[in-house]
Amino acid sequence: MAYVAVKGGERAIDNAHAWLAEDRRGDPSVPEISLAQIQQQLGRSVDRVMAEGSLYDPHLAALAVKQAQGDIIEAAFLLRAYRTTLPRFAYATPVDTAAMQIRRRISAVYKDLPGGQVLGPTYDYTHRLLDFALAAEGHPPAPAATAPAEAATMPRVSDILRGEDLIEPDGDPNPPAEPGDLTREPLAFPAGRDVRLQALARGDEGFLLAMGYSTQRGWGGTHPFVGEIRVGECAVEITPPELGFAIDIGDITLTECQMVNQFKGSKTKPPQFTRGYGLVFGHAERKAMGMALVDRAMRHDEFAEEPNAPAQNVEFVVYHSDNIEGTGFVEHLKLPHYVDFQSELETIRRMRREAEANAASLKEAAE
Amino acid sequence: MSIDLPGFADPVAQAQSTFRAVLDAMARPGTLHDAGNTLTPPAPLAPATAAVLLTLVDHDTTLHIAPDCVAATAWLTFHCGTAPASSPASAFALARTLPDLATLNAGTDEAPESATTLVLQVAALGTGPEFTLSGPGLKSPAAFRAEGLPPDFAARWAENHALFPRGIDLILCAGTTLAAIPRSITVQEG
Amino acid sequence: MPAPPPSPETAARQRWMSVLARASADAIAARLAHAPALPESTLLRGPESGLVMLRGRAGGGGSPFNLGEMSVTRCTVRNAQGFVGHAYVQGRDQHQARLAAELDAALQDPARHDALEQGVIAPLATAQQAAREEAAAKAAATRVQFFTMATMRTS
Repeated sequence: MAYVAVKGGERAIDNAHAWLAEDRRGDPSVPEISLAQIQQQLGRSVDRVMAEGSLYDPHLAALAVKQAQGDIIEAAFLLRAYRTTLPRFAYATPVDTAAMQIRRRISAVYKDLPGGQVLGPTYDYTHRLLDFALAAEGHPPAPAATAPAEAATMPRVSDILRGEDLIEPDGDPNPPAEPGDLTREPLAFPAGRDVRLQALARGDEGFLLAMGYSTQRGWGGTHPFVGEIRVGECAVEITPPELGFAIDIGDITLTECQMVNQFKGSKTKPPQFTRGYGLVFGHAERKAMGMALVDRAMRHDEFAEEPNAPAQNVEFVVYHSDNIEGTGFVEHLKLPHYVDFQSELETIRRMRREAEANAASLKEAAE
Repeated sequence: MSIDLPGFADPVAQAQSTFRAVLDAMARPGTLHDAGNTLTPPAPLAPATAAVLLTLVDHDTTLHIAPDCVAATAWLTFHCGTAPASSPASAFALARTLPDLATLNAGTDEAPESATTLVLQVAALGTGPEFTLSGPGLKSPAAFRAEGLPPDFAARWAENHALFPRGIDLILCAGTTLAAIPRSITVQEG
Repeated sequence: MPAPPPSPETAARQRWMSVLARASADAIAARLAHAPALPESTLLRGPESGLVMLRGRAGGGGSPFNLGEMSVTRCTVRNAQGFVGHAYVQGRDQHQARLAAELDAALQDPARHDALEQGVIAPLATAQQAAREEAAAKAAATRVQFFTMATMRTS
């Protein structure tokens, strides 16, 4: 690959940026959108930008959405670039999703589970009919109904199921090594589950959806059930060395998905249900489910399954899940490749000349 | 708790100017540069020593603090945001007497950049016994004076220099002055 | 590894720090307007914004993994009485971090603790608890109340 420095584009670029700014603003007679409006009214976009930008900051994500004209990948790119300017202060204690302040919690495997099925603010039961009432600027909707709450937190379904040993346990909560960190060490294969989960958590929602979907359609077939999806707020806790004790520094919204899969058993393991896990910033069920499906598919080696589908190929999935990297490599094709192309052009001309010469000599020989 | 003394008043500008001083010191070995003029670090740290550590050490790096500097541990932990490392073979090592360089991390041929940078606080720079430095960054051999280096410094440094491209890089600090001797430099007495 | 329970002093400090971390600068300032003035303080570190790497656990309770980062702002002050206050708050609001650090210092001062606890921390905590309860009550209203056909016949 070769790139050439090209001069003379500066003025054109400046003018392009000026037009971009004008285009971003749109018709100035239309009121400008505020970051608060984006944060409040385009919350799912903000959530997705935080998840794929791998930075939890709703205010900055709203700014990125505004700056990128709603282009979610461009906005995530802006967040990723911004985070590189900030020092890292600490690693947080792993979030305790069992202590989540629940807004939504459903299970497709247990109807009557402790805490119940809590639908929360969901699109699941809407009819997907465009609501023209929203097209007219109207009055705010009536406040949501309330009911006496029993408890704000609920046990995880995986913890309920664990009693009979019919489902695999969570694994070692205190492994000897610190979890790998993609932002600090380059990817190496075979990648452990810690690194895979980090890659999936910041991965592209569309990619994870497609990969998860492929496992359902027989490409790395598992038979998944939604053990549980929960959405709500979790406290973030760190232990600053100068204090020596843990402190809460805020709350984040998370979506967690526990996918339960059948497993026939192997030489070393009795038949039991296995699990795939998804945990994503914000309210993002589709992504959490895709993540859980792909996490389970990539665990084929733990269950002696034959890896023969794309979603089971760890290197394929982890290398291609990141839309910022994908964008960089695909979009770099727009950069000047004048020199490579010239050399390829030369090669093709030479091949043509040789082919024509060969054809001519064959023809002569035949005559 | 000795964190009561502040760090950089303007972290970005002061870290940048100290970084520039370290960069120039590394590029022109043995030359003297100002650092940490406005700092009031706790004993036994000199302002230049404190400035270098505040600039280079953070949560993502490791710092070993020699026994003769442990009085400043709480301050360094707090202002650098790093927990002290148990082994001197860490990214940075702080000392007031030259440690056995073999106990530090000289890096590997594959990753020589992983070697320890030793921040050594000495009594004075620009005065004291004279050494001659030569190597990259110096057009001709240059004189360098420091008080507080051991008498056999040149011989001990020769062993480190022989490891090149592996080896320890040395930042010397005294008062509000710093100088550097990277691993690529040859040191001779007198 | 369950940590030993904190001392009552530490538990109290953890509580007010968690309340301040969740309160906006405006909300803190509004409460401070009704409380005794905070003493003068000098900055020891910050306020400065940075990142905390958040972690989850595989399967919910298994081995930790790095989930992604969060913006956080920290500040440390020493007040005129010599108390050192720390703050780590979510987001990038340096004013909030400074107020939280000043309050952390002042709340450690027995001479000021009660007035600030009652005038600032308690009302902020009450408002935060009310918001949590409101969300829980809305969630409870969306809980499915299953009933069987048999129940329907007998009712």
